[in-house]
This record gives sequence, C-alpha cells and structure tokens, in this order.
Amino acid sequence: MHVQLFGTCLVDTFFPEVGEAVVRIFDRFGVAFTFPKGQTCCGQPAYNAGYIPEAKGAAEHFLSVFGGSSDPIVTPSGSCATMVRHHYPELFRDDPEKLRAAEQVAGRVYELSQFLVNILRVHETNLTGSGTMTYHSSCHLTRTLGVTREPLALIKALKGAEFVPMPDATRCCGFGGMFMAKLPEISMAIADDKAESIIASGADTVTGCDCGCLMNIADALRKRGSSVRVKHIAELVAEGL
Amino acid sequence: MSSQTSLDFRTNAAGAVKDGALRQAMRQATDTIGTKRSDAMESVDFTALREKASAIRMEVLDNLPAYIERFTTQATQAGASVHRAADAGSANTIIAGILKSNNVRMVAKGKSMISEETHLNAHLEKEGFEVVETDLGEYIIQLAGETPSHILVPAIHKNRQQVGRLFAEKLGADYSEDPQVLTKIARKALREKFLTADAGISGANFAIAESGSLVIFTNEGNGRMVTSVPPLHIAILSIEKILPSLADLPTFMRLLPRSATGQMLTSYVSILTGNRKEGDATGARELHIVLLDNGRSEIVKGDCREMLKCIRCGACMNVCPVYRTVGGHAYGWTYPGPMGIVLTTLLTGMAGSHPLVDASTLCGACNDACPVKVPLQEMILKQRVRRVSEGFSPAGVSMGMRLFGAAVKSPLLFSFGERLVGWLWSLLRRAGGENVVGRLPRPAKSPFSRRMP
Repeated sequence: MHVQLFGTCLVDTFFPEVGEAVVRIFDRFGVAFTFPKGQTCCGQPAYNAGYIPEAKGAAEHFLSVFGGSSDPIVTPSGSCATMVRHHYPELFRDDPEKLRAAEQVAGRVYELSQFLVNILRVHETNLTGSGTMTYHSSCHLTRTLGVTREPLALIKALKGAEFVPMPDATRCCGFGGMFMAKLPEISMAIADDKAESIIASGADTVTGCDCGCLMNIADALRKRGSSVRVKHIAELVAEGL
Repeated sequence: MSSQTSLDFRTNAAGAVKDGALRQAMRQATDTIGTKRSDAMESVDFTALREKASAIRMEVLDNLPAYIERFTTQATQAGASVHRAADAGSANTIIAGILKSNNVRMVAKGKSMISEETHLNAHLEKEGFEVVETDLGEYIIQLAGETPSHILVPAIHKNRQQVGRLFAEKLGADYSEDPQVLTKIARKALREKFLTADAGISGANFAIAESGSLVIFTNEGNGRMVTSVPPLHIAILSIEKILPSLADLPTFMRLLPRSATGQMLTSYVSILTGNRKEGDATGARELHIVLLDNGRSEIVKGDCREMLKCIRCGACMNVCPVYRTVGGHAYGWTYPGPMGIVLTTLLTGMAGSHPLVDASTLCGACNDACPVKVPLQEMILKQRVRRVSEGFSPAGVSMGMRLFGAAVKSPLLFSFGERLVGWLWSLLRRAGGENVVGRLPRPAKSPFSRRMP
C-alpha cells in the first residue's frame, strides 16, 4: 500500500505533532507514503471568502503537486478533504481538461479516519486507550463529506478507553476559518457553547478530525479553566498503537 | 434589545453577544424548537417529502409568470381583486388606497413578513390609520416598538419576565410572568380590536393557482379572525408563494409545521377562496390580494433562483449557530438567519448589506434542515463571490487574499510566510488582537514539512 500524504497548512504551521502521529500510524501498518514536495494549502480560505481566482490558483497548484499518481491522498483534515473532493471539481466546471484532472485527484482523497477504517481496517486491530473520550463531529467532515461512522469506530476501538457522547456533537464549534477573525466575539460565544457541551459529557479528552476546530475548542476550554485534553484523532490512535 | 436598522452585522451583533438574557432566551427557544422538530419528523419520510416539495417549488419557479397569470384569473373569478405591486412603495400605496376608499379607521393585522418587508405598518400609521398586530408575538413587539427577530416567532428574543413588564407598562395590567395569564391579558385586549376593526390585513403561506385560493397556517386563530370578521380583507403576499394546485398542499401541510415549530399540524389551516357571497356563513365581503414582486421576477432568472423555493419555515435560523447566538435583530433587515443573509443581499443589493455575508460559519446545518432543499450554504458562498466581484470586500482582505493567492502557488514563498509568522508571532499577537491571533497556539519551531524526508 502506497499513499500520498497531504499535511495541510495548519498541521504544517501549528500542529506538526498531528502529522507525526499520522506517520507513526502509517509505519505501524506498513503504509509506504510520499510527502509530495511543494504542497501548500488547499485554498479553502480564498474559496470560502469568495475569491475564486485565488482558490483556483491553489487548486491548480495542488493538482500539479499531487497529480500524475493513482495513489490515495490521505489528509488529517475533514474540511481540506472536502475542499479537494467537492469544491475542486466545482471550480473547474467550465474547463473540461482541468475538470478531468480535478476529478481524478478528488476521487483519490481520503480524510484520515476514512482511510484508517475503510481501507486499513485499523479499528479491527489491537489498539489501547484510557480515560473517557468525547467526539466533536466537525461540519464539513460530517455534512459534506458524509463521514460520521469512521471516527467513532476508531475511538470505540481504543480498548481501555470509554466513549461518552457530548450533547449536540454536530453543532458547529464557531471556528469557520476566516469567520473566527471576521466575527471573533460571535465565534468565541459559539465555541463557549461547545466547551459547555464537552464539559457536560464528563469526558477527560475531546477529539475530532479537524485541527481548526480543535484549536478553537482548546481556546474555549482554556478560557473556562477546563482540564479536558484536546487531541486530534491521529494522536489518539498513535498513542494507542 | 431594540430594533436595528443598519446592516452592519458586526456592530449590531456586538451588543447581542454580550446580552445574557437574549442569549439565554435564544438558546432555550431554539433548543426547544429543535427537539420538537426532530420528534415531529420521526413520523414522516423527510428525505422523500423534501424532494417532492422541492420539485413542486421548482415547477412554480420555472413557470412563474404563467402561474401568476393563472392565480390572478382564478382569484378574480372567485370574487377577489388582485393587484400587482412592483415594489414595496407601490404595495403600501395600493393598500392605503383600498383602506381610504372604504373609510377604514382601524385595521386588525394577522402575521405577514411581506408587510414587514414593505414596512406597511409605518406607512399606514403615517396615513392616519390605526394598525393593530393580532399575532401574540407580533403584538408584543408592536407594543415594544420593535421589529420581529424571527420570521415565525417574532418575539423569540424576549423572556416572559420582559413580556410581563411590557404588558404592565403598556396595557396597565398587573405584573405577571405566567404565560397563561399574559396570554389572557393579550386576548382580552385583542378581542375588542377584532370586533371593532374596519378591515383585516393578512399574509398568506401559499396561493393556489388552480383555484385562486389563499392558504394560511396559524396557531392562535387570529388569522381566521382578521380574514373573516371585518367586512374588508386585504392579503399581501409575494409572487413566488404560489403552488400549482390544492393537490400539492398536503406535502406542505406535512412539512411546514414540522419544520417550523415541530408541530404535526398547526391548529388552523385556512383555505380562503374569493370573497363572501350571498348565503355564505363567513368571510369578508370584499377581498383584495396584493402580489408583491420587489425584485423577485429578476431573481428568478438568475443563479440564486432556488432561494425563492423558500417557504418561510425558519428551520434554517433555528439550527444556525450564529443566529442562535445573536438573535434576529443583528441581521438588520426583515429576514434573519441563513435565508435572511441571502434574501437581504438579493433584495436590497450588496452595497448596503455586504457585511451580512460574513454572518455564517458555513457549517451547513441550514442545508440539512431546509424542507425544500434550498442550498443555503452555496447561496451564501455565491453572495461572498458577488461581494468580491462587485467591489465591496474590504481593501485589507483583498490585499491579504492577493498575497495568499501568490504564496499558495509558490512553495518557497509559502514556507517563507509560515516562518515569518513564527518570527513575528509576538508582534502579530499584539497587532492581531487577543480575540483573533490570541486564540491561536504559537507556531511550531519546525514546521511538519521540514521534518519530512
């Protein structure tokens, strides 16, 4: 099994430990991977702000970095996977040649938990964990990509850990990319509601599949003086290997 | 919280987000509606129903002029006078004219968001008519001198203590915070108005092309009172509210109340066909129907036409994390929430309303909730594209995006940018503010890409 790893810009800049957790999982399950040189950002900030030429530029760059292969592209982010899988083909709707390339790449993209569960069947192996864990179901992962079962399968596979659902797990955390910068007060208020749900679950760890949401959630929990740990799902699986 | 008239969402929302009573009222109300909605949906196949409802709405939009024509013919034949209003001003003028020629002094009004869109009450009051809102929520906000903060639950932002104080102050009632007592106080005050009103004005949830009928869903019975007790009834609705035939109505009877308030059915569903004839037991002797366009004939030709499928259930706002946090007044015009963002920018133009397009995290909860499958998330994105192309995006954002656009194509520039962020972190934290950059963790000393072979 050979894959291409798309780290994402948030992992690259702020959360390299999440990328390293992915690498440890790959190593453990014998997944050979390349980290295509020159990868940057999927272009989501521009796309979501309505800057289509800039988003197209990012997409074209991504296609040139990841194109020319038939390997799965794995990324530890639900929203970046959504961008490539759903929005790249939309961006090139009127350009048949680029559309073909976009669809080829889009069809190969897997969000990490999708790949771990559906391809590697990691959840059927011997993983360990501890304490109580709750899960934030991030928006693009859940609603656009349709990934709901896989992250839970991974959490439930961590023997020794207990899964406790949080109220309103699919409600947005208030991050929203640029939204957190454009309307920070509202973003923080929504994040505080999310922190309240997490604390109400009684879990000692909250996990999810998107660094943006987790970063926002960590800040909201910190503001409440909470000691709940915030971990990307890759880190929990890597800890449990 | 008072009503807002500006469309500067961030300024409007700043107070709302700090208003503890407002936030608590919003959380409680939207959570209650949300639970009732999911319970009510269990008895229907939502996926199949919304597919059907969406197809019916698209059929109307694809042939809108023909359906308007058909409705007008049928309603006229049934004894109604049908008026076409190109914009808000002409709708108000038409209605004031009808009232004048009937020597009306006092109007009892049923709930109508279209009349909010045209600012009908203000116009009629200026013309010297007394206008009384008879929907309980509308009555509350009329007494408070506010505008609706929800299209269905206009006083959703108020708690019962606030309503109790309002009734004590405006109606001279003894203070109570018991909803039943408060309802009785309003009922007593309103009953008198129903009986003495010279005219009733209502909205309509749907208009049936085949029969020329109006359909009104209500819970309080006030809709039936204003349309049948006074001798004159004027209904105001927008042109896209048409359904082809009565056979299409059951789909919406199942979907609308469930999506709106989580009810299997509203207490009343009134179907009004024409005016009262000799031998009829009820109904207004004279019926006027005002069909408001206000830009919709143009919208239906464009790439946001699907927005006009909207049946005004409010489900998109009830599930919206932003709406839930700031309430409806922050949106500044008639319609709040996700549908409000799109409708406001489409109907009033980008120049005045562009800050509204930021009022979404793009979480997509609205898409899932919409009973007629309006792709609200995509529609909001389209408004953001429009804002950029029409030149209303702030200069700083445009410059940032140009830089981002250049860096994202150049790995060297991109990694330089990442490192620059690391070097200048302390400075950025100060410049970017505690609420934005202060919420981000410090960048890693060594980026992930540099740890890769």
